[in-house]
Amino acid sequence: MRAFSYERASEPAQAASRAAEIPGAKFIAGGTNLLDLMKLEIETPMHLIDVSGTGLDGITATEDGGLRIGALVSNTDLAANERVRRDYGVLTRALMSGASGQLRNKATTAGNLLQRTRCPYFYDTAMPCNKRSPGAGCAALGQGAFSRQLGIIGTSDACIATHPSDMAVALRVLDAEVETITPSGASRTIPLDEFYRLPGDTPDVETVLMPGEFITAVTLPPPVGGRQAYHKVRDRASYAFALVSVALVRQADGSGRVALGGVAPQPWRRAAADAALPDGANAVMSRLLDGASPTEENAFKIRLAERTLAGMLAEG
Amino acid sequence: MDFNQPADQNLFDRATVVGKPHARIDGLLKVTGTAPYAYERHDVIAGQLYGYPVGSAIAKGRIVAIDTEAARGAPGVRSVVTTLDIEPLGIWDYNVARLFGGDVVEHYQQAIAVVVAETFEQARAAAALIETTYERDDIDVDLEAGWQRLQGTGEPSTQVGDVDAAFESAAVTLDEMYHTPSQSHAMMEPHASIVDWADGGQMTVWTSNQMIEWNRQSLATTFGIEPDRIRVESPYIGGGFGGKLWLRADAVLAAIGSRAVGAPVKLALPRPFMINNTTHRSATIQRIRLAAGADGKLTAIDHEAASHTLPGGRGENATAQTPYFYAAPNRRVIHHLVEMHLPEASDMRAPGEASGLMALEIAMDEMAEKLEMDPVEFRVLNDTQVNPSDPSIPFSERHFVECLREGAERFGWADRNPTPGGRREGMWLIGHGMAGAYRGHLNLKSGARATLSNGRVVIETDMTDIGTGSYTILAQTAAETMGLPLGRVEVRLGNSAWPVSSGSGGQFGAASSTAGVYAACVALRQQIAERLGVEDPEFRDGNVIAGDDVTPLAAISEELSAEDSINFGGFQTEEYLMATFGAHFVEVGVHVATGETRVRRMLAVCDSGRILNPITARSQVIGGMVMGTGAALSEELAVDLEHGFFVNHDLAGYEVAVHADIPRQEVVFLDTVDGVATPLKAKGVGELGLCGVAAAIANAAYNATGIRVRDYPITLDRMIDRLPPV
Ligand SMILES: Cc1cc2nc3c(=O)[nH]c(=O)nc-3n(C[C@H](O)[C@H](O)[C@H](O)COP(=O)(O)OP(=O)(O)OC[C@H]3O[C@@H](n4cnc5c(N)ncnc54)[C@H](O)[C@@H]3O)c2cc1C
Ligand code: SF4
Repeated sequence: MRAFSYERASEPAQAASRAAEIPGAKFIAGGTNLLDLMKLEIETPMHLIDVSGTGLDGITATEDGGLRIGALVSNTDLAANERVRRDYGVLTRALMSGASGQLRNKATTAGNLLQRTRCPYFYDTAMPCNKRSPGAGCAALGQGAFSRQLGIIGTSDACIATHPSDMAVALRVLDAEVETITPSGASRTIPLDEFYRLPGDTPDVETVLMPGEFITAVTLPPPVGGRQAYHKVRDRASYAFALVSVALVRQADGSGRVALGGVAPQPWRRAAADAALPDGANAVMSRLLDGASPTEENAFKIRLAERTLAGMLAEG
Repeated sequence: MDFNQPADQNLFDRATVVGKPHARIDGLLKVTGTAPYAYERHDVIAGQLYGYPVGSAIAKGRIVAIDTEAARGAPGVRSVVTTLDIEPLGIWDYNVARLFGGDVVEHYQQAIAVVVAETFEQARAAAALIETTYERDDIDVDLEAGWQRLQGTGEPSTQVGDVDAAFESAAVTLDEMYHTPSQSHAMMEPHASIVDWADGGQMTVWTSNQMIEWNRQSLATTFGIEPDRIRVESPYIGGGFGGKLWLRADAVLAAIGSRAVGAPVKLALPRPFMINNTTHRSATIQRIRLAAGADGKLTAIDHEAASHTLPGGRGENATAQTPYFYAAPNRRVIHHLVEMHLPEASDMRAPGEASGLMALEIAMDEMAEKLEMDPVEFRVLNDTQVNPSDPSIPFSERHFVECLREGAERFGWADRNPTPGGRREGMWLIGHGMAGAYRGHLNLKSGARATLSNGRVVIETDMTDIGTGSYTILAQTAAETMGLPLGRVEVRLGNSAWPVSSGSGGQFGAASSTAGVYAACVALRQQIAERLGVEDPEFRDGNVIAGDDVTPLAAISEELSAEDSINFGGFQTEEYLMATFGAHFVEVGVHVATGETRVRRMLAVCDSGRILNPITARSQVIGGMVMGTGAALSEELAVDLEHGFFVNHDLAGYEVAVHADIPRQEVVFLDTVDGVATPLKAKGVGELGLCGVAAAIANAAYNATGIRVRDYPITLDRMIDRLPPV
């Protein structure tokens, strides 16, 4: 870990302007991802702005009947919130399938959205990785590389990593939006489907956030109802990232929405796939995963995604 | 004490302390966080500095240069020593790769430098500033290619009868390939040491190691100094599983660092180092051929296996059980060592059998099915009471059939649906499977000192407790032998100042070291008798009783001390075959859509001689069952063929079983004793608990789905294309 300076911010606008002012500054919220990466020197901020005192830890109703989730609401509190459990069940289920109780107590809503990939080569600083060191190459695409966990769609020749969040998959299926404040003090609202960038040849740039831009909240539109489910598939029953996860909202008439985790650099959803839901899992996945380019080791994810959704649909 | 013939009726057959369920006596220290583990021994010596290792970024080659300038100038840094700064260190008998010194790189993350600084953070930060230039060599880390090269070559280690003829004339045969991946010990406590070698004279090592004397000897060889100059302490060990049998880079780098700065240095290996710097269990490729008559009797067993190793190492001999486990007149067994450039393969819990039974016990399941026999009955039919490769040698004790029968009865085996894919509950396909367990038993000479002082007995030995319960069973042994309550025995372990013991490994520790403590206590009893001038007294209820003469031990004012060790005679291995046996029964659910396999119920029945303490023994077996669950379903060190290393080198990537994976576990110990094994008639059990577990799960997954997976771990991608439509 490199030496760094540290300050506490008490206001979101102050956090954003300080972050833009100080070279190499980064926000720290729960620290559950950032500190691990700093220890390995994958992240090397020179200055940390602790945002845990910015007071953004409430969950409140919005005027249109939705929900505004403060950026610092912990994953535990969000999952346990009564309104979330009642109206946005897929979110509670996704959160509860992630990490462990201790981590969820510390992890925040904004931090969760911005957690970085779990590609094992990204974590090994002796290995080439375009996301870590742009232009270095991608070890995960090497001959005989271990790519079983990695992405199958939305990836590029430069990077095949996935975004590992469970929460974000549920937020995507719920049409969440991200509210931010920029260093100049302006607020903006970014729909989650525009929030993450595909890697292209710059896999180090992961979101549309500008330097110093600070997430203040995530908003959910009014409840969509339906049956909401999240199935996270993994090799062990807990404490593992998804091989594939499926977030599903299904209405009584068979229509609904589907988003996938564990397959792409962002939570993966397509309107055409949603529209095919009444026609079953195969129809959905042939649209949702159209254009997939898996490796030999992770090609199974295509089958798996389809079967997982089929299982969820079969369960009613 | 020489143990030259099987034990007769003795005090352990009337035991009141040994064999009873005593909670572990060090339990309170552990649950209160006060047991002194190596890295936290802040009090043993003042002025401890922090070391941090640097590992090679390549798998094989030469180091051309190491630039340490920035690191040396970094805050708090006291010293940087690189592998280029010193001559190649010595290599002790059981180590393969050099631990430090010289410019040759033999494997990824071999230690190439150590930074010593005032704080841990400073040492780690400075270590990251070191720049190394390498000259890479080509590597070979492809086990499959090695197997292709070696298959069918070489001299069998066991060759009995005419295997080829047996196959030609057999009614039913099987010929299948099985793969097991490399595995990591993944114990909780990392390799860690504090070393004081400040003046280059006496070296004191506070470490985490299973084998104190081996550790001392290997330090002596490594540094080319007299063993007498070295003292090693390791009273508490947070798990080892064979990964801490050896001297590793933690102690070596701490010693070098200490020497360089003239102060004690502590160093723990970061988790990724535990996977690529220390040892692991090698992957195996196994071909098993079985031949049987229509009556179900095996006529031939042919087991050929390969595993990888650095040049000069031992690999993982997956054929270890095959010469002995099942009857068959014709047999051929061969293990190929494939020299490869992965990190050092070495022993991990039940080396050999753990991997071998993962394959053999699937093969037995498959063969039973071909024969249309119940897999339990098939195993019963092929039991043997003698070494099938040398029928003149009987097993000392073997109650495998009772394990099978007892297990089948308790598990409700008869109620299962033998038709694969025949039972479904909601989204889950339910299956039942079983497997046999075999693990050889071995004793090592083991010594101890017993001291009587104020009516209490203190036991001192360099034996270790790696979480297994040694403190407790040794106290029980001493209490039994001295006729004292457990509370009046104190056990001190893991110090090279004390008599050399067996150490902990190969499931020899409990049986050997309790026998050693017994020997020391018998010697102490002799001294007490002489001191009191009585012949053959009885030691009971805190008293020495000779006829009407009753002397409380507490009344003996002077301190009496005796040292002895148990020497196991050749008869054990010349006249008998000693081993432990078990049967595992498992129920799994396989998700019909995703293919995720989850264990729902597990039962183990063990035949391993006298159970010294049912609580600690049960912990060993359920721990083995947990490890076996990981082996069956998720554990795999993934190899990068280009870079030659294990990619998933942390506990997020290397998936051991977690609590949510483990269902109700039941363990049954048969009430057996083995007088050939030790005076306490005990054998090992810690490794037996792992043997066969994974195959039982594999067989249950087959029963659930009808999909036979012969490659571990049995992850959903190996089944997904063959699962029925949702
Ligand atoms: C062992 C382990 C297992 C895990 N398993 C799972 C899992 O199964 N599923 C899953 O989804 N996740 C999992 N996680 C990841 C976990 O969810 C994240 O680490 C956590 O959500 C991050 O939140 P945080 O508040 O701690 O973020 P931090 O570590 O504090 O920050 C993460 C990033 O977000 C930035 N940031 C934080 N707040 C703001 C803000 N308000 N505005 C702008 N930027 C901000 C930081 O600068 C940093 O770059 C696991 C983590 C660990 C360590
Ligand atoms: S897949 Fe992406 S994160 Fe992984 S090594 Fe390649 S560039 Fe790095």
